[in-house]
Amino acid sequence: MANQSSFEKLNKTANAKKKAANAIIYALLSFWAVMILFPFYWMLLTSIKSYSSYNSEFKPMLYTLKPTIDNYKLAFTAVPLSRYFMNTLIFTISATSLMLAITVFSAYAFAKLNFKGKSFAFTLFLALMMIPNELVIVTNFVTITNLGMRNTYLGLVLPSIASVFYIYLLKENFEQIPAELYYAAKVDGTSDLAYLFKVMIPICKPTIFTIAILKAIECWNSYVWPRLITDDANYFVVSNGIQEIRENGFGRENIPAMMAAVVVISVPLIILYFIFRKSIMEGVAHGGTKG
Amino acid sequence: MEKNNNKGWLYLLPAIAFLGLFMVYPLIDVSIYSIEEGYNSASQSFFGVGLYNYSYVLHDPYFLQALKNTFILVAITVPVSTSIALLISLGLNSITKLKVMYQTIFFLPYVTNTLAVGLVFMILFNKTAYTDGFANLIINYFGGSSVDFINGPYWAKMFVLCFYTVWVVMPFKVLTLTSALASVNQQYYDAAKIDSASKLRTFTKITLPMISPIVFYLVITGFIGAFKAYGDAVALFGTDLNAAEMNTIVGYICDMLYGNSGGYPSYASAGAIILFVIVLTITCLNLLISKKHVYY
Repeated sequence: MANQSSFEKLNKTANAKKKAANAIIYALLSFWAVMILFPFYWMLLTSIKSYSSYNSEFKPMLYTLKPTIDNYKLAFTAVPLSRYFMNTLIFTISATSLMLAITVFSAYAFAKLNFKGKSFAFTLFLALMMIPNELVIVTNFVTITNLGMRNTYLGLVLPSIASVFYIYLLKENFEQIPAELYYAAKVDGTSDLAYLFKVMIPICKPTIFTIAILKAIECWNSYVWPRLITDDANYFVVSNGIQEIRENGFGRENIPAMMAAVVVISVPLIILYFIFRKSIMEGVAHGGTKG
Repeated sequence: MEKNNNKGWLYLLPAIAFLGLFMVYPLIDVSIYSIEEGYNSASQSFFGVGLYNYSYVLHDPYFLQALKNTFILVAITVPVSTSIALLISLGLNSITKLKVMYQTIFFLPYVTNTLAVGLVFMILFNKTAYTDGFANLIINYFGGSSVDFINGPYWAKMFVLCFYTVWVVMPFKVLTLTSALASVNQQYYDAAKIDSASKLRTFTKITLPMISPIVFYLVITGFIGAFKAYGDAVALFGTDLNAAEMNTIVGYICDMLYGNSGGYPSYASAGAIILFVIVLTITCLNLLISKKHVYY
């Protein structure tokens, strides 16, 4: 009897300990979640405050009773936000699709075709992965300037469409497809090109999709190259566009309108994220770089 | 398979052409630029060959400021973000309820535009004539006096920059560490339980060694990423980073290339090569240290 009660006691303290530990863990996680979400809340909140009410709050208020959408109207009329938006869309889509085309062909060559000097070429490609973008940016800037492609979409897109890392990622995936399929297709008289489009690409769709999403995120958020290569506001993307808006956008410091622009810029990727959450996270776990 | 001998090169052609023009050629070119003295981009001529550009850059107070800022940023954000990420991942791994929700939230900064959200941090920390800013609200609540984090003292600005950088790099680290922790074989933990090993001992003797390669990978990529910092600083302090004393090495390179003080590709090249050498050295040092502490 005495034994049992001491066992119960032990069990009870163990349970209590576990509960306390759990509470601490949840507190920690929730704290960080608030840290992540708060800036988003703040930008939404500020974007629906009116200019006068924002500037009359010396101590900022954590909520607003008079929401307004005027700032959003202003963001689309007073500054060329939709222009920046279209530019970014064109930049992202063209860079991503060109990059995909190049990546698919190269990965196929490395994974399935046999040719002289293949392993040598692959080693060279891998070596290029170590070269940071910042090292080649100087010459690329001069090259694009000399080609007269400053302030053009081509100038924005071309330097970043050959990515060794994505070629490597897709090659690994291509290699997992059994060679028997290839031989079977050969027996049926399928050409290499047809095999690539009819068998390889459909099978490896998830990886290709992941690469496309990663590249699209990268394009949407890229800043250094667009800043260097465009000084005509007609070709600004959202990154340097928002900077332009901040520095000489709405005349006087109109923070609520600026926040409305920030919301508009942030929303597309967040929507994309909620739709494709799983494949984005898996893709980043496999080959994310921003960190 | 032996028949298609040269077809492979045809498939590789576009990649080789673009990599050649925008990766390999620049690599050679940037080294040449950096040793051409007195290069004039209008006449494409130079006086001689030597290390003057390096010496100019290394004596430029703006570059030294950028170097100092970048090193402080790296020294603070890499250890801080890695340890917080480890803590959060451990927490995430030990819960089941709401795990997906937390993971989804924690990953959010990865898909946001650094420049845009940086502006939100700017107004959270900014103190102007009209508003005190949210950060100061908290400081005042705990009895401190207001600080201008954006146009104020150096350390306040550096704090915001580090804070924002940690916020931005965290998702990648948490995601990577969470999947690393989940892949540790449960049998080890069961064995430790049978031996009634303490939590701390289990962590230092099983968890940490098992995930050490991933932690090490994160430290290296963290170093490399932090050395390339630029966009976050622009978002917080505007494009004229030299005036704000908040420039970074990449920012210095860009300013030298183009902008109000631009037009000096030679100096920019020298700066880029210095950055590359620093990153390479740190990575090699990391590799050497890791031999002792990482279990593969």
